[in-house]
Amino acid sequence: MRRLATLLLMMVPFAGAFAGDGEYVRLPGGTFRTALKYEDSKNGVRIAPFELMRLPVTNAQFLAFVQANPQWRRDRVASVFADGHYLEGWPQPTQLTGEVQARQPVTQVSWFAAQAYCEAQQARLPTWSEWEFAAAADETRRDAREDPAWRERILSWYSRPSSKALPRAGLQTPNAYGVQDLHGLVWEWTDDFSSLLVSGDNRNQGDADKSRFCGAGALSMEDTENFAVLMRVAMLSSLEANGTTRNLGFRCARDLP
Amino acid sequence: MKRLLRCLIGSLALAAGLSALAAPANPLPSDSVYQLDVPMVDQSGRSLNWRDQRGRPRVVSMFYSSCPYICPLIVDSGKAIEHALTPAERARLGITLVSLDPKRDTPRALAALAARRQLDPVRWTLLRPAERDVRAIAGVLSIRYRALADGEFNHTSVLILLDADGRVLARTEQIGTRLEPGFVAAVRRAVAASAKPKPRAPASGS
Repeated sequence: MRRLATLLLMMVPFAGAFAGDGEYVRLPGGTFRTALKYEDSKNGVRIAPFELMRLPVTNAQFLAFVQANPQWRRDRVASVFADGHYLEGWPQPTQLTGEVQARQPVTQVSWFAAQAYCEAQQARLPTWSEWEFAAAADETRRDAREDPAWRERILSWYSRPSSKALPRAGLQTPNAYGVQDLHGLVWEWTDDFSSLLVSGDNRNQGDADKSRFCGAGALSMEDTENFAVLMRVAMLSSLEANGTTRNLGFRCARDLP
Repeated sequence: MKRLLRCLIGSLALAAGLSALAAPANPLPSDSVYQLDVPMVDQSGRSLNWRDQRGRPRVVSMFYSSCPYICPLIVDSGKAIEHALTPAERARLGITLVSLDPKRDTPRALAALAARRQLDPVRWTLLRPAERDVRAIAGVLSIRYRALADGEFNHTSVLILLDADGRVLARTEQIGTRLEPGFVAAVRRAVAASAKPKPRAPASGS
């Protein structure tokens, strides 16, 4: 009965799902040259084949999750898991403004909330390496990172004001793997966001602050031309796990069955 | 006199009732790190929940037992805090180290470290979480870490002071035998606050 009620609730405001929602795309993995300069990844990182959501998670999808898991409502969530701006853009704790918002990617979600969402789908957040691997592709090439025109295009997105309303998910052409919106829409959580040890902590490399990290923790960029990656890393490394921002969303990944 | 007695008995019963109510139902603060519900095993092999750490103030950090340089300093810090306290203060403090490396930090490995460093099991809890929960524990503690290809970890070296309910009271990144005086003072205050006698019925003069 309660399940039926939940189901009904999900259906009332908007048809819960749109075409392509929650769909996964298979990625081959392989040895990948990351733009991050880690001492232990000089020969590239190994990425096992995995699946990634074709689109970032939308407000409608996240609403269904919140309705089924009320401990993740913004008026009930523990502050240790989500800051005061969690899901602030929704008019009510379990209501969206309308169909336009329903189809936009969900933002103002914390890492804990994103992780709980993926876990509820028997999935997980992608690792940074998986995300970077998928995002290296453009529409035709699996690794377009050397192309100045591609870089230029991504940069022009970063220079757009973030106060403008978000477009809906799935409008951009899929990349070579069939994944959409990795660039040009929102920034995305990764499972290991807190492994990117380049925050304020490491900016002053080489001084006494170094002992903050066990071992040679200092991370710098292999590819300083790759601003798209650099900005993502800087952003993710500045966040706490309960933090939220107006342009940070997520998508889930899973291991191959 | 009889009335006083009745009153006393009544208030005692009330106090007992209240504390019985308060013990299990006392809700966790919203910002408590014990909101996280994850199973663990301690250095004696006992299964427990992260939330079971609630009840007394604690100094908490994350480490791994095979760590060659920084982690021994984290243990040193805990010991230095012990030394800075009076025996009565010490008895009310817990020190908890959570492993970043559950693969290698079995209860046996943690017990070996505890024995080698002579960590009093009354006060020291070394915890092995499930591998999938490490990132979340680090998340509530604002600890960043990265597993390296050679099995080592880069990680934030920090001591975090929690009150009995798991709220973060203070942090220090000055680890080793020389402690930040402000942090030690905060530990003292936390321990004193936890020792405050619960309100009791006034002692009768009769």
